[in-house]
Amino acid sequence: MSYIVLRHRDIPDLNQLDVYQKNGGFAAFQNAVTKMKPNEVTDVVKNSGLRGRGGAGFPTGMKWSFIDNKNWPHYVVANADESEPGTFKDREIMEGNPFQFLEGLALASYAVGANVAYVYLRGEFWQLADSLDRQIVEMEKAGILGDKLFGGEYSLRIYTHLGAGAYICGEETALLESLEGKRGQPRVRPPFPPAVGLFGKPTIINNVETFTNVPMILANGADWYKAIGTADSAGVKVFSLSGRVRKPGNYELPFGTTFRELIYTHGGGVQDSRPVKAIMPAGASSSLIVVNDEKVLDTPMDYATVRTLGGDLGSASVIILDDSVSMDWLVNKTVHFFKHESCGKCTPCREGTYWMSNIIERIHHGQGTTGDVDLLLNVAKQIQGKCLCALGEFSTMAVVTGIERFPQDFKNAVSPAPLPPLYVKKNEGMEKV
Amino acid sequence: MSLEKKYPEEVKQILSKYPPEHKRSAVMPLLYLAQREEGFLTKAAMQDVAGIVGITETDVAALVGFYTLYHDKKEGKYRMQVCTDLPCALRGAEEFMETLCNNLGIKVGETTADGFVTLEAVTCLAACDKAPMFQTQGPDGIKYHENMTVDRTMELISVLRRAGREVGK
Repeated sequence: MSYIVLRHRDIPDLNQLDVYQKNGGFAAFQNAVTKMKPNEVTDVVKNSGLRGRGGAGFPTGMKWSFIDNKNWPHYVVANADESEPGTFKDREIMEGNPFQFLEGLALASYAVGANVAYVYLRGEFWQLADSLDRQIVEMEKAGILGDKLFGGEYSLRIYTHLGAGAYICGEETALLESLEGKRGQPRVRPPFPPAVGLFGKPTIINNVETFTNVPMILANGADWYKAIGTADSAGVKVFSLSGRVRKPGNYELPFGTTFRELIYTHGGGVQDSRPVKAIMPAGASSSLIVVNDEKVLDTPMDYATVRTLGGDLGSASVIILDDSVSMDWLVNKTVHFFKHESCGKCTPCREGTYWMSNIIERIHHGQGTTGDVDLLLNVAKQIQGKCLCALGEFSTMAVVTGIERFPQDFKNAVSPAPLPPLYVKKNEGMEKV
Repeated sequence: MSLEKKYPEEVKQILSKYPPEHKRSAVMPLLYLAQREEGFLTKAAMQDVAGIVGITETDVAALVGFYTLYHDKKEGKYRMQVCTDLPCALRGAEEFMETLCNNLGIKVGETTADGFVTLEAVTCLAACDKAPMFQTQGPDGIKYHENMTVDRTMELISVLRRAGREVGK
């Protein structure tokens, strides 16, 4: 099957405007603007079964239909803040197939009646923002963006906006705050962005990969797309495969592909041919899926089925852990990440990640006791369900599932008798003597 | 000199991206522009940016403190930001960092004696399949360096050092 999202792998130089246009590029956008009503575009996307690719998997067309038509103007924002440890797909899409992404963004803007769209990129994508800016200018020159497009009444401008290093800005309301020139801290919801979003106006936010699917759906029809993947999750997904595999990378595959096929057929198997111990299917914020049974590897990857394994598919940033990885080490890594990235707004997350980090640091460095493992689990569970956004929840996933599903790793890490003090407490966490 | 005097076109172009009544949105791109001057944000630069978008200096300082790519202190000319997060660590980033520290003779968070390189450990940079990797943040903006070895990193540093000396002549 040929690529749908990563089409630049089939077609050389697809990041050149003329090449993209020669391969059908912007025909769907022109057709929509000249021949379709905005809500007809939304209906096609709705019928295709496309779900948001940023992690939550919310039905895209349904989200678009929530836009408040009593309050104007409307905005569309592309979430290109890709920051989940283990995710690196949006960068490849925007580098290799930028015009298809921008066409999807344009189609969404037309569908919800937005005349301005923003691409919010993480600050580290500085070079990428620069090339997108040039591509946007090319589109303006070619009459694909600008005023009164294709001889009609519809006008559209697209602007890039760089973040400056904050994982939390991938959370849609924190992203909006950041785009408004504030610290990236999540808003209380409801109201949701389709009612009250950017500058207080109705706003649709989708992930880069979600937008990039849209032109192909408009070109080939909802039924064509729906026939790919599974009943629960239509279409293809770009799986970012990383960790202890031989060939890490992005693999575009239909939903329903098994973990085994991803790891062994595409990823070349595990390094040093070790067994898979656990899988994190949604990056650092995943639950740890135990691979103690070969059948786990034969599980098809779609949103509903992965849930039966006690995890979430999320953004499909699949991190493979082999039997050389001890979970106390892993949890130390993930907790450190979330402590660093907590925005500080909600107390359970801000304080909880700080204390989890202190405790796991102690455990991982052989200074913990069995009581510390219980304490860590207790702190994690007190964070759950008490924060405005998902970051608080995410910070606990590896902690809770690590301790509950791999108890031996933590038993091995905590010493039966106290060891000589290797660590003393300083003002900033733990420091070696 | 103020940003508006020094870079009138850039400032105008940045402000044009946002509705005039929401020019606060321009604060982040303006901070990048201001940071280009010294490699970090001086108090005067923050005051200047605050004035352009019509917010207080405290608001600007809060942003500088919140976002990791803004700096309020002078460090090395290049910040070498090595990803040591989970996926990179599973592919040897910690060993890479340790050897790099030994080669440079500094610890994480420190700057080389000549003030050229500050070594930092950072969280995920969305290049997990190309570890070990780092980004450099310097006068030429932010650049990614992927699938790196310590030898190639040391080579890159000497190339940057040579280029810096030539510009200085």
